[in-house]
Amino acid sequence: MALRSGVSFLRFTALRSSRLLSTHTRPDIQQNGGKTAEFPGAKAPYVTDMKFLNETNYEPIPIYRVLDNNGEVLMNSEEPDLDKEVLLNMYKTMIQLNQMDKILYESQRQGRISFYMTNYGEEGMHVGSAAALSLRDMVFAQYREVGVLLYRGMTISELVNQCYGNHEDPGKGRHMPVHYGSRQLNIVTISSPLATQMPQAVGAAYAFKRQPDNDRCVICYFGEGAASEGDAFAAFNFAATLECPVILFCRNNGYAISTPSSEQYRGDGIAARGPSLGINTLRVDGTDALAVYNAVRAAKEIAVKNKPVLIEAMSYRVGHHSTSDDSTAYRSIEEIQKWTADENPIQKLRLYLERKGLWNEEADKALIKESRDIVVRTMQDAEKKKKPHWKEMFEDVYYDMPPKLQKQMKQLEHHLKKNGEHYPLDNFQKE
Amino acid sequence: MAGLITKKTTCSRYLFKNVNNYMKRLSSHFTYFPDEQKPIEGETSKMNMMQAINNAMDITLKTDPSAVLFGEDVAFGGVFRCALGLQEKYGKDRVFNTPLCEQGIAGFGIGLATAGATAIAEIQFADYIFPAFDQLVNEAAKCRYRSGAQWACGALTVRAPCGAVGHGGLYHSQSPEAFFAHAPGLKVVIPRGPTSAKGLLLSCLRDRDPCIFLEPKILYRAAAEEVPVDSYEIPLGKAQVLREGDAATLIAWGTQVHVMLEVAQMAKEQLGVNCEVIDLASILPWDEETVCNSVKKTGRCLIAHEAPLTCGFGAELAATIQEECFLHLEAPVRRAAGWDAPFPHVFEPFYLPDRTRCMQDLRDLLQY
Repeated sequence: MALRSGVSFLRFTALRSSRLLSTHTRPDIQQNGGKTAEFPGAKAPYVTDMKFLNETNYEPIPIYRVLDNNGEVLMNSEEPDLDKEVLLNMYKTMIQLNQMDKILYESQRQGRISFYMTNYGEEGMHVGSAAALSLRDMVFAQYREVGVLLYRGMTISELVNQCYGNHEDPGKGRHMPVHYGSRQLNIVTISSPLATQMPQAVGAAYAFKRQPDNDRCVICYFGEGAASEGDAFAAFNFAATLECPVILFCRNNGYAISTPSSEQYRGDGIAARGPSLGINTLRVDGTDALAVYNAVRAAKEIAVKNKPVLIEAMSYRVGHHSTSDDSTAYRSIEEIQKWTADENPIQKLRLYLERKGLWNEEADKALIKESRDIVVRTMQDAEKKKKPHWKEMFEDVYYDMPPKLQKQMKQLEHHLKKNGEHYPLDNFQKE
Repeated sequence: MAGLITKKTTCSRYLFKNVNNYMKRLSSHFTYFPDEQKPIEGETSKMNMMQAINNAMDITLKTDPSAVLFGEDVAFGGVFRCALGLQEKYGKDRVFNTPLCEQGIAGFGIGLATAGATAIAEIQFADYIFPAFDQLVNEAAKCRYRSGAQWACGALTVRAPCGAVGHGGLYHSQSPEAFFAHAPGLKVVIPRGPTSAKGLLLSCLRDRDPCIFLEPKILYRAAAEEVPVDSYEIPLGKAQVLREGDAATLIAWGTQVHVMLEVAQMAKEQLGVNCEVIDLASILPWDEETVCNSVKKTGRCLIAHEAPLTCGFGAELAATIQEECFLHLEAPVRRAAGWDAPFPHVFEPFYLPDRTRCMQDLRDLLQY
């Protein structure tokens, strides 16, 4: 008995300093002492004053610009050193796009094509960003970036053929108008579901990153409305965590169809989301082609070091959302006019070029006429061209046509032999 | 003394009864039939399905330098260990974790494939593939078609564990193949064991169309057999006749193939008839020829799948068989499937189209 007590006593003494003490008195656990806390989920210090964060705790992200509304350079050090040819090419692309928009918009109103979307007010960011990239960089677009496509070298006839879905459309007439794409120019074919291209662009950038001595990046365009999609968050987060050479380029034009940005988000636009996910971020004046050029050029330098960049280009959607929309149903004509008159990206660049002595009114008139003529001529040609053979409907679903689909193609062939007069076969190519 | 013995007996009877019930509850609902026929000659090694899948990915990562494997928790080997050891072998830039976001995983994979890389994406459970539904159905499936074949993402394969596992409840048991079977442009493939998993997965990874590879998770460890060590492919879009017969055609895929093999054996033993058993393997595009030839021969057809009955893939099979084999059918095409309820937890033994239910359906079919 005595022995057992002794053992107990010994055990008690041994545990005294650790276990027993900890149940009776306050433990002497080391304090953090103002250093960064050690939670694996965040690196932050402790504070003792409770303060909720919201948009009033910090300044809004400023908007970078190079030109003022009169086309004057605000800060000489920021003027990009661009060749005359590049500058003129940027301007000419904007005019060409603007003329194409006008004519194709009208042609939709006349029922000659089924659908169209204009780019009014956003031409500056198209050419500014396109000029800062190389053809080897890959483009994922939403649908309102036709200036990018034109600048990279898509021809009016390729674009118009797509809108008509004739047999010269590389997409073989399967897609709605304005869903362009070009393998040759590294422009991934546009699809209608919004923001789906965003995580895809990040994946493509990851593939680039894995190539040795990579100097290529991916640029992904999207609107501020699309940025509300889950895919946008996925893209931001994947781009950051997987360290991808991608430029996520947001066109914030104030509206998603009829929804104003005030109903789209309550934070400081899209740009404010970048730093919160660990992405280098810049907000830029999207009506200033030179500011956009500088931004994307700098972004590419960062991106090719496998650090993604988010650029939010601020602009205003001057045109209707699409030919299926009348935007005066949800915004005032005065508002539209203000942006057409004072913040017009085409006008800004023209004034800049005029100041530099690279452009004048006469050249402008000639360019507008020439651009117009090209579109009208191309449209007349496109209209005459037949649509692809109906069998193209069955091709490219898979790399090889599965037996079941072959059977269905034969079924339709058989059906058309018997009932061809009920179908617009004359508009389509024959075998 | 006598009382004590009685008590003991009662006790052991009680114990026995409970263990027996317990076994009924937890034992798998199928007996695994190993693959006897080897797709290629040469050295084999005993592998379970997890190891066979690991082996297929290992071969791909070794032979295709563009190939990457990614998803939630794949870096440490994956929650089902299919990616075990691959990161150590091929590096962190080729085998890596993504943020927890299925639509991101699918979209990221499409992008990789669009840029020319081979993308092996893992969705942790097929039950969680639905956030990626848009990317898979609207994007992956239509990529080649909408671009006039200028662009494609055929080098994408999405792997996802599917099917019943005994206790998976609503969100660890689903078989979503029929949802994807309605999306032209996708290929949907389900293996029945290690040998078929390796060959079919290698085919998916090399195929020029985006594939969804659904892996019956209950087979990962339960199924083991001799698998060829070398690389081999099992063609997509082809069904396999595993047992020949003339009394009825039994069609299934995944784990259910083994239920059907057992049912065929039971039919032989109990009824003295030979049933033909077909593993469909490819859900989309599926092998109409093999199926219809068999049904024309047998005149009777039972289709079984774990997924719910209404609009399950069995409906597509039944409709086509009816259309193609009308004059040969001796009885209506019969479907044994999961009930039209979410996949339940404690009721799993009553939910699945197990051997007893399939056998009863077969009896009815033969007696029609």
